[in-house]
Amino acid sequence: MEDIEAVALLQDPLRRRLYEFVAARGREVGRNEAAEAVGVGRTLAAFHLDKLAEAGLLEAGSRRLTGRSGPGAGRPAKVYRRSGVERGVSVPSRDYRTAAGLLAEAAEAAGLDMELQDAARRRGRALRGPGGSCGDLGGVERVLAGRGYEPVLEVGEGGRGVLRMRNCPFHAVAEQFPPLVCGMNLALLEGLVEGSEGVRVRMDPRPGWCCVAAESSKDNED
Amino acid sequence: MTPDAPASFHLAQFNVATLRLPLDDPGMVDFVALLDPMNALADGAPGFVWRLVEEGRPDATGMRPAGADVIINFSVWESRESLWDFVYRSGHLETMRRRREWFHRHADAHLVLWWIPAGHVPSVGEAMERLALLRSMGPSPRAFTFGSAYGAGEAAETETATA
Repeated sequence: MEDIEAVALLQDPLRRRLYEFVAARGREVGRNEAAEAVGVGRTLAAFHLDKLAEAGLLEAGSRRLTGRSGPGAGRPAKVYRRSGVERGVSVPSRDYRTAAGLLAEAAEAAGLDMELQDAARRRGRALRGPGGSCGDLGGVERVLAGRGYEPVLEVGEGGRGVLRMRNCPFHAVAEQFPPLVCGMNLALLEGLVEGSEGVRVRMDPRPGWCCVAAESSKDNED
Repeated sequence: MTPDAPASFHLAQFNVATLRLPLDDPGMVDFVALLDPMNALADGAPGFVWRLVEEGRPDATGMRPAGADVIINFSVWESRESLWDFVYRSGHLETMRRRREWFHRHADAHLVLWWIPAGHVPSVGEAMERLALLRSMGPSPRAFTFGSAYGAGEAAETETATA
């Protein structure tokens, strides 16, 4: 299936809600859970989930949701999670990914980490918008969501809010040149949260997540 | 268990880094302070098997087989994924992000990976050979990089053929 056809499947509002629900879980989701979350019947949800899986937007698997096995455990349930495949549509056709990969390769070879971080920090500052601030952690969360990071608010040490990001907007180049591109990403977000009093960003990489976490430092004693 | 990493093989990792300043220079304080925490993080990381330490020392920073100002890093892991997750998906990434503050860039390959039989403790000589092989021939099943990784099966065939 071509990218444009796969992306067009998300035009259906129900399908899109199902896709976004599964993506936001960050784990395997069963048909019942997805159906309940979007408020439709299981059969209808299953139909759309399978459509999304056929298009490669979701990956389908099977799992025994009860944790039992052997006779009497029942049939394995069908489960879905977001696919790692990237789909993109640009009209007219553009290829920034190849350009980004080449520029990163050259920057890596030339050891331009610091220069890239400086440029990213300046860009982050320019993205703050009017007043030079994104606001508090909630404001930062909205800006990050708008930039595709898929932030999730968690409660960290001392009851402080911590934003972790499910999606790396720079995934393809970050996988190829992690220190270079993750360093760029941190600097970009450092620039972005300058002017947000009580919010700081730091490296906190975990498998499957963006390398940066943003946190409220309001009750921080250090 | 991934098909690429049967339990009978482990992944060896060796890299060299050319210091901008001697380790006792004030400009290296942050790096030196990170050595013990990063080694502890590696030791406790999923899939960690072994790392080189100099006898009677907590690490291998005093060993300089590749040059007086070149420190080495040498470890063994259960799989490519476990090594990747430690290097790039743990607190270790923070030290990688700051690498240009402490190290010169390398024109040649500075990191080499190769498969070893599980239980084998690789030698520094072996590591230097693998790095030289990568530098002279490019990535192959006997000496490769993250970006051009080979499976243990391919490596085993090549080792047998060249033995």
